[in-house]
Amino acid sequence: MFHALVSIKQVPDTTNIRIDPETNNLIRQGVPTILNPYDAHAVAAAVEWKRKLNGKVTIITMGPPAAITSLRECIEMGADRAILISDRAFAGADTWATSYVLTEVIQAVHKEDPLDLIFFGKQAIDGDTAQVGPGVAVRLDLPVVTYAVKIHEVNTAEKFVVIERKTESRNEVIKAKLPAVMTCEKEIADIPYASLPDLVYSLRYEPEVWTTEGPITFDPAQLGLKGSPTTVFRTGTPEKHKAGEVLKTAETGVDVAVKTAFDKILEVEGVASMLGVQR
Amino acid sequence: MNRRFWVYIEQEDGKAHQVSWELLGVARRLADEIKDELEKTGDTALVEGVLVGHQMDEVAREALHFGADNVYVVDDPAAKHYLNKPYTEVLTHLVKKHQPEVMLVGATTLGRDLAGAVATSVGTGLTADTTHLAMGSPKEGQPKLLMATRPAFGGNVIATILCRNHRPQMATVRPRVFPMPSRLAEAKSNIIHEDITITPDMVNAEIVEIITKKGSDVKVDYADVIVAGGRGLGNAKGFELLQQLATELGGVVGASRACVDAHWISYDHQVGQTGKTVRPKLYIAAGISGAIQHKVGMQESDFILAINRDPNAPIFEIASMGIVGDLYEVIPSMINQIRALKEAQHVH
Ligand SMILES: Cc1cc2nc3c(=O)[nH]c(=O)nc-3n(C[C@H](O)[C@H](O)[C@H](O)COP(=O)(O)OP(=O)(O)OC[C@H]3O[C@@H](n4cnc5c(N)ncnc54)[C@H](O)[C@@H]3O)c2cc1C
Ligand SMILES: Nc1ncnc2c1ncn2[C@@H]1O[C@H](COP(=O)(O)O)[C@@H](O)[C@H]1O
Repeated sequence: MFHALVSIKQVPDTTNIRIDPETNNLIRQGVPTILNPYDAHAVAAAVEWKRKLNGKVTIITMGPPAAITSLRECIEMGADRAILISDRAFAGADTWATSYVLTEVIQAVHKEDPLDLIFFGKQAIDGDTAQVGPGVAVRLDLPVVTYAVKIHEVNTAEKFVVIERKTESRNEVIKAKLPAVMTCEKEIADIPYASLPDLVYSLRYEPEVWTTEGPITFDPAQLGLKGSPTTVFRTGTPEKHKAGEVLKTAETGVDVAVKTAFDKILEVEGVASMLGVQR
Repeated sequence: MNRRFWVYIEQEDGKAHQVSWELLGVARRLADEIKDELEKTGDTALVEGVLVGHQMDEVAREALHFGADNVYVVDDPAAKHYLNKPYTEVLTHLVKKHQPEVMLVGATTLGRDLAGAVATSVGTGLTADTTHLAMGSPKEGQPKLLMATRPAFGGNVIATILCRNHRPQMATVRPRVFPMPSRLAEAKSNIIHEDITITPDMVNAEIVEIITKKGSDVKVDYADVIVAGGRGLGNAKGFELLQQLATELGGVVGASRACVDAHWISYDHQVGQTGKTVRPKLYIAAGISGAIQHKVGMQESDFILAINRDPNAPIFEIASMGIVGDLYEVIPSMINQIRALKEAQHVH
């Protein structure tokens, strides 16, 4: 039977982030959290293939208890099982420590019920690192296809998958052995409308909660802040650039404003010669 | 002892990605920033490139022209095209052998794919998408570390990240965040061929087809002049007007995400956090409000001209010059004036 796992993250909706103009601090209060958009598309793809191949989809996330709402959202989309990995000891994990925990959990799930495909989002919109997927793949020693836009074929009998990925200049179609890891762009699948049975199932669904107490054991030295090679040294607000002169066409007229602009532009080093005109 | 500053030289189809040269420039500056420490210890700082592929000597020589002291080359027909696992294994091997202190990788699709895997397999920290890099002591008297600064929370905050106890200190950097170093006429001749072969057990995936995209030859990220439009254009047709000005100025058309979302123009043109980072000599922003996600992608431009009807648009905060007015009056006037200027000087 086809078994897919999707690793998802609940993230603050960065569209709604505001900076306090007085203190320059991030206003965290009232910032809604959402299922990371790329992860939602990854779940959609996993569910699509589960339906084609008559299989099963497991969702995992490492995060605070509130992440249960994102897990339910995945169940609503058609996933079968969801695991919340939650413990104070995991707090402050960088991508290295995160990929350690996820790897241990994925291995445990795989032992119970062998996996074919492991899905990640392209990146999480809060950190935008795109590192967790490749990190897990290396730890599991599995093939990884990043920036996936289309799954052409999943062949569970001959144990291979054909996935199209996007690079800056082109698309590549890659054939990889199963089990394989992939990180998904939004094009990978459209988000489906929830079916009534899935909706009803999700309302009553209680995700499993895994902690450092069990059901599996973690190496404490690799967890959270302590297990993270990188640390935040300081944070600040981006430097403000100096603003230059501003002319209003209503006052100067359009042509004068444009003429002033050109005079300035042609003073910029290299521009006049680039345009082939003399100053 | 040698303190090594490494740059991964990215190639696709035997052609180097320009970000590799930008990073060699950064690595040289970082090496210079530890001069005081070198004087005390008698150590030497080396800027070195690492290159994997097949028949790459020409690219390796270019790297020397852009300031590398040495270039390590792994040449194997099986490495002609980038694949995650063999490249990761080769780089992991080289890192363990030569123990660089710092390793920089371009934050391209390929570079991000590779850097995350190498950092994990070497067991070190990686800071993604850095916008500022420096060697500095976290506390006075302590040895200098790589201070890697990156935007977080959609560019609203910047964070400086350290990797204190693991080596190399790794960072990825987007193309165009740092300027191109000048090309040296004289190059060293230190190409070091590393004797590593890619064995079948290193290969767990293969490229079965390459699909070249048509029409995606807009290189906004490397253009010297960009005429960018925002929602203020009102419709897709507005880009035709911008294209006229761009053509007169020898530049290309850029766009805010709002226009890409509205399907007025393709994603290749998008500038900003989720689009391209650009660093042109001249950036003209017409009908763009200047959201933080747009600014992070273009604020390093040499000269920014903002055209907006709203005098309070945030874009004016970073503009070298601003024109408050209707872009549909300003842009045609610009086209006329540049044409007249060229005409007067008989330039065609
Ligand atoms: C996670 C995330 C990532 C993002 N990434 C990007 C990104 O990469 N790039 C990006 O650009 N955005 C990005 N955005 C979106 C960004 O927040 C803004 O929504 C977007 O940049 C706004 O585009 P705009 O300036 O064209 O539109 P608007 O904000 O609507 O501004 C239009 C401007 O046009 C002016 N105007 C209207 N008519 C005229 C006229 N006739 N003449 C002159 N001026 C006129 C108006 O005064 C206004 O200032 C991102 C957002 C999020 C949440
Ligand atoms: N805490 C987490 N729990 C589960 N999956 C995660 C977590 N963090 C990141 N991921 C996955 O890794 C992808 C890339 O995240 P990032 O490397 O942080 O950009 C996300 O799209 C998720 O699929």
